Amino acid sequence: MSAPNKSYDPVEVEALKPEEIERMRDEALAAFAAAGDLDALAHAKTAHTSGTSPLALANREIGALPPQAKAEAGKRVGQARGAVSKALAARQSELEAERDARVLVEEAVDVTLPYDRVPAGARHPLTTFMERVTDVFVAMGYEVAEGPEAEVEWFNFDALNFVPDHPARQMQDTFFVQGPEGTTGDESGVVLRTHTSPVQARSLLARELPVYVVCPGRVYRTDELDATHTPVFHQIELIAVDEGLTMADLKGTLDHMVRALFGPDMKTRLRPNFFPFTEPSAEMDMVCYVCRGASVGNPDRPCRTCGSEGWIELGGCGMVNPKVLTACGVDPKKYSGFAFGFGIERMLMFRHNVEDMRDMVEGDVRFTRPFGMEI
Amino acid sequence: MRVPLSWLREYVDLPATETGRDVQTELVAAGLEVETVEQLGAGLKGPLVVGEVLTIEELEGFKKPIRFCTVDVGGANGTGEPQEIVCGARNFAVGDKVVVVLPGAVLPGDFAIAARKTYGKTSHGMICSGDELGMGDSAGWGAGGIIVLPPEHEAGTDAIALLELVDEVLDIAVTPDRGYCLSMRGVARETAIAYGLPLRDPALLDVPAPNAYGHPVKIADPRGCDRFTARTVTGLDLEARSPIWLRRRLQKAGMRPISLAVDITNYVMLELGQPLHAYDRTRLEGPIGVRRAQQGEKITTLDGVARVLDAQDLVITDDRGPIGLAGVMGGENTEITDSATTAAHPETGEAQGTTEVVIEAAHFDAISIARTARRHKLPSEAAKRFERGTDPQATAAAAQRTVDLLVLLAGGSAEAGVTEVYAPSAPHTIAMPADHPDRVAGVTYGRETVVRRLQQIGCDAYGQDELVVTVPSWRPDLVAPNDLAEEVIRLEGYENLPSTLPTPPSGRGLTERQRLHRRVGRALAGAGYVEALNYPFTGPAVLDALGLPADDERRRTVTLVNPLSDEEPALRTTLLPGLITALRRNDGRGSHDLALFETGLVFLPTGEETVPVRLPVDRRPTDEEVAALDTALPRQPRHAAVVLAGGRERAGWWGKGTPAVWADAVEAARTVAREAGVELTVRSGRYEPWHPGRCAELSVRIDGEETPVGHAGELHPRTVKALGLPERTCAMEIDLDLLERASAGVPRAPRISTYPVATQDVALVVPADVPAAEVERALHDGAGELLESLRLFDVFTGEQIGAGHKSLAYALRFRAPDRTLTVDEATAARDAAVAQAAELTGAVLRGA
Repeated sequence: MSAPNKSYDPVEVEALKPEEIERMRDEALAAFAAAGDLDALAHAKTAHTSGTSPLALANREIGALPPQAKAEAGKRVGQARGAVSKALAARQSELEAERDARVLVEEAVDVTLPYDRVPAGARHPLTTFMERVTDVFVAMGYEVAEGPEAEVEWFNFDALNFVPDHPARQMQDTFFVQGPEGTTGDESGVVLRTHTSPVQARSLLARELPVYVVCPGRVYRTDELDATHTPVFHQIELIAVDEGLTMADLKGTLDHMVRALFGPDMKTRLRPNFFPFTEPSAEMDMVCYVCRGASVGNPDRPCRTCGSEGWIELGGCGMVNPKVLTACGVDPKKYSGFAFGFGIERMLMFRHNVEDMRDMVEGDVRFTRPFGMEI
Repeated sequence: MRVPLSWLREYVDLPATETGRDVQTELVAAGLEVETVEQLGAGLKGPLVVGEVLTIEELEGFKKPIRFCTVDVGGANGTGEPQEIVCGARNFAVGDKVVVVLPGAVLPGDFAIAARKTYGKTSHGMICSGDELGMGDSAGWGAGGIIVLPPEHEAGTDAIALLELVDEVLDIAVTPDRGYCLSMRGVARETAIAYGLPLRDPALLDVPAPNAYGHPVKIADPRGCDRFTARTVTGLDLEARSPIWLRRRLQKAGMRPISLAVDITNYVMLELGQPLHAYDRTRLEGPIGVRRAQQGEKITTLDGVARVLDAQDLVITDDRGPIGLAGVMGGENTEITDSATTAAHPETGEAQGTTEVVIEAAHFDAISIARTARRHKLPSEAAKRFERGTDPQATAAAAQRTVDLLVLLAGGSAEAGVTEVYAPSAPHTIAMPADHPDRVAGVTYGRETVVRRLQQIGCDAYGQDELVVTVPSWRPDLVAPNDLAEEVIRLEGYENLPSTLPTPPSGRGLTERQRLHRRVGRALAGAGYVEALNYPFTGPAVLDALGLPADDERRRTVTLVNPLSDEEPALRTTLLPGLITALRRNDGRGSHDLALFETGLVFLPTGEETVPVRLPVDRRPTDEEVAALDTALPRQPRHAAVVLAGGRERAGWWGKGTPAVWADAVEAARTVAREAGVELTVRSGRYEPWHPGRCAELSVRIDGEETPVGHAGELHPRTVKALGLPERTCAMEIDLDLLERASAGVPRAPRISTYPVATQDVALVVPADVPAAEVERALHDGAGELLESLRLFDVFTGEQIGAGHKSLAYALRFRAPDRTLTVDEATAARDAAVAQAAELTGAVLRGA
């Protein structure tokens, strides 16, 4: 390496002429602009920015210049190299963006393709609807009680004031369980429960007063399966026993339930009826969920759900018969209570437009799947 | 109870504009379930008139006999000329009065009448049957179809009015407590109250005092029969027939006219609610008696059935023995007859039949009648009323009304003798605070309203704050203060009850058990299973098809006395039959990739079932008594089960599908166990109906005891074939109650180390019959505390491994809580794991 030559003769260095440097810079810029992809740009980069590129070589020549010329030449070369590297970076990012865009386009898929690899499961709407009804009461502070489905007659009938030979006892078409050896017919004293009401009696016996419970469950009657009947169905039962409960409380509780389940504009209607385990007793109706009463007196818009009555029958209710309280050891002078029970199938039928009872019984996956996890 | 509106108006002066629908609304609000209001004669339009048959010409040459008639219809046809009518029926003769519909008329069912050519003649109208007029069948009007009217009606008379064809009938489903509404009298009373109108009580009749001259009656069982009225009517006209109004009322009420005397007793029963019976006096031998039957005694009832009596049956007797099943049905041997049903005397040609009757109007014990009716499967109209409770005070009036009608319509004469046997009883009273209805309803009615309402239903109420209420004889259902409260509240209107919400004490939400049941359902549904709720009925055939051995515990079933199907007399001991049926049904309907689940009770006899003592209901049973009741019940644990077949994962653009296999079934069990927070131990097992080589026995630890809880795997090919299932159907069944008991309770949070993980893979060769679970357990035990997790990632068999062996490849992850592990530490732990596996299972490190 030669030392700076202080007595250097002023020589013209060809490569450092301003027009020459401009040319080198322009060639580099042109090469970058011409590079159509990142590979071509890498080549152009090597050609125009590496240690052997014209500008790098020109830079090396600066040392040969007389001191007074060095600064100017250095500045000129530096500016040119700056412009080149800036242009390179710009082109680099431009081409990278182009590449990225192209790759993403190439990677695009048809997002509408189905992916039903494992078909979805579902819970039965009777189960989930029963849970939903239950939850309305749990939110109010009620607890959930359960009982056996094969039940002793005392709980299913006697404790509920269905005295032997009472017509109401015969009205509930009952499955009788065969007794132990030596018994015949219905002597076993065990039946498939005909309603969830025996859980009322069990709850009163097992729990501290006051009692506020709901009892969802399966019940049995000897009906043949058809579009509107099934021998195995589901009920939800409620019983509240406390000091000072009234029929108005019963009505309010029913109103709350139908609003929670069917919408804020729903209401109930009570009609006198007879059940052995309640006195007074009532049949409860709610405004027709389908026509909302619009079909009444309107032959142009008949409603199949309510038969254009405007009301749908939900089930039975009433004030717990003091005899039931007595049989369960509750002092009817101090306590009163109300109870109701209704069929889940029926409510499901009109809430979800189920037309045939058999659909809920047969376990066809095409029926159940659309109901998903909760309804 | 079918209530013709026209008949109801006889007792209550309803406004003329009031329709059946209006009355229905009022009665429904008062608590009578009026199910329908039938519009009789809807759309009916005349001319419909009485005609007299003038000539009958038999037309020949047709497939059935046809008659061409001329009928005098008075001026109804506008000409007064005989009307020419073709008719296919034959039960009328020249001179008979019939009902003729003329062209231009419309019969019920939108049946427009016009002159038409038929059988070569033109028929200008029709001679009508009861059906065509919407009257029901023509029974009681002339056998054979056409209505033949009594001769006194003139030709041309409007038959619509004569036959009362236009009417409304309320059909009321009477609840068991309102037996009094099985009568016009009772429904009229409710109607009068609902409208605030006076009632003309048809039972308010002048009745002669009892005397000693009536037909003798001896009651041996005053509990079964506490009242018996007997009256006698003689001189009945054998030719007398029920007048049109009587027949029509019976028809509208749903009863068939039979003969005058029978029609009258039925009519009075409908009117007053008191069932009556008429005996042919000439066929009675000696006094009438009421007693319990002797076991095995026999009677032939009016329906012609010979019945063997039970010692509990209450019977009516004469000197020969039973002549009637009390309150249920009379006997053939004292049946009344008329000339229409009895052949004329063979020698004299005189009309024969009953001319003297003894009328029975009695009050029987409701339960006794109910039992007899049920025992003999005889739900007669009389029994229906007695078992709901009739009005004991109405017997005399009902007998009187019957006598009056027999005199009036049958030309009979009432004998002076009046028998009245009864056990005296005080009227029933109820003591009730005057504000009791208020406290039941949550409404302040006030004493005045309460007393007024009670009086309306026939009660007497005395007292101020404490009322003493005497209930009317026709309301045996009123026995307690709440019964009276209901009467007050319903008459004040259930619809006027306010709506208030009680405040229950704060509840604890669902129990752990209830939460578990919900979680299990959600988890299985989340895993792709669809819930089915199957009937729990089963039978030996399906248990055979499952291949259960003869001594299998699941063959010990709870059976039903009255199953719906003889093939399925039992309750399920396993959920599989129901699920399999649902699987097969789905498969048959074209769904082939199936995964179903059910959770529900199974019924397992304890073998020690007792017959429960009938506990009293007038006190709380003791805890021991309740426990004793429960010993009558089978065990009823809750199970969860799945079945699956076809593809578990479907094939698609992403690649191949995978079939449902045994492992899916085992995983379903793990899914359920996971929800219970229970670790499931899986072993190879043998249990029907599973494939002996593909059956996992599932167990858990309960209180330190290893307890079997279920099985999972592929079904036995024999079962698959026997039940026609898709090939390689898999199933799982597990006892949820046991899982719940095994639940570990609240899970504890693990400590998470943030130091790096050290992974080591090992491949171990073991004999093919060594369960992977054992190898895994050994590795786990040998690896020590540094092992964070291990996972089997490959199972390989092949020549390189050697016959009868398999290679299990595990990925082991080690991590320390407090430092970064060195390679040496991780290797040492791995070697310890392998050494343990080698010792316990004979595993050999592959390639070693």
